[in-house]
Amino acid sequence: MHKPAVAWTDQRVEYIVADLLRAGVLLAASVVTLGGIIFLIRHGSALPQYSRFVGEPLQYRTVSGIIRGSATFHGRNIIQLGLLLLIATPVARVAFSVIAFALERDRLYVVITLIVLAVLLFSLVGGHV
Amino acid sequence: MNIFEHTLLIGLGSLLAGFLGALTGLGGGIVITPLLTVLFGVDIRYAIGASLVSVIATSSGAAAAYVKEGFTNIRIGMFLEIATTVGAVVGASAASRLPASAISVIFGVVLLLSAYASTRPAPQESLDGGPNRLAERLKLDSTFPTLQGMKSYHVRGVPAGFSLMFVAGTLSGLLGIGSGALKVIAMDQAMHIPFKVSTTTSNFMIGVTAAASAGVYLQRGYIDPGLTMPVMLGVALGALLGARVLARTRTAKLRVVFGIVVAVLAFEMIYHGVTGRI
Repeated sequence: MHKPAVAWTDQRVEYIVADLLRAGVLLAASVVTLGGIIFLIRHGSALPQYSRFVGEPLQYRTVSGIIRGSATFHGRNIIQLGLLLLIATPVARVAFSVIAFALERDRLYVVITLIVLAVLLFSLVGGHV
Repeated sequence: MNIFEHTLLIGLGSLLAGFLGALTGLGGGIVITPLLTVLFGVDIRYAIGASLVSVIATSSGAAAAYVKEGFTNIRIGMFLEIATTVGAVVGASAASRLPASAISVIFGVVLLLSAYASTRPAPQESLDGGPNRLAERLKLDSTFPTLQGMKSYHVRGVPAGFSLMFVAGTLSGLLGIGSGALKVIAMDQAMHIPFKVSTTTSNFMIGVTAAASAGVYLQRGYIDPGLTMPVMLGVALGALLGARVLARTRTAKLRVVFGIVVAVLAFEMIYHGVTGRI
């Protein structure tokens, strides 16, 4: 005799989602802190230049650029990786909800959640809009 | 002032903003951009990029606490997120096409409206109008816990709420804010969703909405790591502390003080925008 599977209720899904979100924020904040320390040690005595907008260099703008660049252990690059993790946290939440609604056999909400996920992925990797 | 001192000051300012934002319910994100532009002279595009990222951190961090209270309606949130995320992408693309001075003026006006809205007493709980066909088909009706046990509620005004959510998303993407106040109005006033459910579901939606515009901001080069680092860490930590203190503080006076600060910053932003100093 096998144990009855725990039902995929909204309640249970919400608990998992809450833990997922908190873990994502904690991980992102840790990576940003690490990058921040390296950045301040190396560049803390330089002068800040934020008053004129020039835009970030390409390696800080794209998902692939940030991931590739973080292997170089530059402070700014690691911070950007942490920020990318933070942005990815709600995206992961939506992706998880697709699976959860599928397990609940709620087809309408699988479709609705997939639409939201598509918009998020489009904005993250879809190039200039 | 070198980068180290600059980072420290911005981090402290963000900590205070996150703390007061959580205590007053206005959110910390909304004062970050005026703080950075007016006090630190940061370009508004870098400022809204940093602010938006901090909004994701506070929303996701707070969602954990809210979800466990059992008020959040995941279906209402997900359905309305179609409107907010599309709006956010539209708003974020508009942000890169509008001149910085126009964004500054719009920001100031929205800031004034939020300060005004936050000083108003909470509106009367709207009456349950009974089942509504569209809401039923979308399975939006649910229950929430009260002192007398679980209470069921019916949702209505779906098209109006959906449209308002598009506007909330657009403002979020244009200005790098969470648009929490407008989201609550859309759910509570237009869709007759109980206030507690509206506020918690709104918070739950803010992170996803902000992530949609953050993708656009990132690719446009608005998110500067050196500047965003102290802002994001400061606001997140401040919001965490604020939520802890909230339970044992009377916030009525604080709301008025914070409201005045926000109003002054709003006028500064409008003034800077009109005189083209931004």
